[in-house]
Amino acid sequence: MSDVSPGMPTSRRQFLTGSARLAAGAGLASIIAIKPAGATPQALQGAIAEVVGEATVRSGKVTLSVPPLVENGNTVPLTVSVDSPMTEAEHVKAIHIFNEKNPQPYVLTVRLGPRAGKALIATRIKLADSQLLTAVAELSDGTFWSATADIIVTIAACIEDVK
Amino acid sequence: MARTLINVPAKAARGEIIEIKTLISHPMESGFRVGFNGALIPRDIITLFVCTYNDEEVFRAELSPAIAANPFFTFFTVATESGTFNFRWTGDNGFSASGSANITVE
Repeated sequence: MSDVSPGMPTSRRQFLTGSARLAAGAGLASIIAIKPAGATPQALQGAIAEVVGEATVRSGKVTLSVPPLVENGNTVPLTVSVDSPMTEAEHVKAIHIFNEKNPQPYVLTVRLGPRAGKALIATRIKLADSQLLTAVAELSDGTFWSATADIIVTIAACIEDVK
Repeated sequence: MARTLINVPAKAARGEIIEIKTLISHPMESGFRVGFNGALIPRDIITLFVCTYNDEEVFRAELSPAIAANPFFTFFTVATESGTFNFRWTGDNGFSASGSANITVE
């Protein structure tokens, strides 16, 4: 593509023309490139509706803990706990996690049962932007409960290009 | 075979709620990133993680591209009897990995 190959000694003129070409190329690419559609609040609502169906989602019972500010969106620690006795009669069936601004609204679904003993899970996720996270818990009695958390991300993940 | 780290207590009292931690090395390529040549890097993720305790499923996670590289999970289960935990990860491009851990319940 370019006569400037890495590792080769380059003159100042070669470097400047090379970088100008690169910049022009990058500018063109950004005009042409079709960005993957980001998950919008509507997409988030749609994704939640797909899981929940006709049921109403009430807020409460669920605790979603994330750091309020993360430097690196590539690994964001996340813990979700649900206030439930986790017995055969009353337990958490599933926990769903959604986001607002990643390319896809859906993050994770975990399936639990009375054998879990405790409705608490932890994992690490990627976030493309500062946004609102939503955790929805599906209980054995068919009700849905949710919690949200705002998070500020300084370095985005997911859609950054390999440089 | 991908490297895995599995942390299960070796011993537990009957009925005790034990914590299990698992980690597996995997790039979790989201499929939304652009590579050197301007083309999208194809998606390569783990899509499913299942933990069974004496062949009974106790935990299942359905993963998406939004899970960080080297997926890590912490979860809990009740120690009911001595036996084996089996862990299985499956994903894109026929990816499959497994691990196991033993527990003694007194």
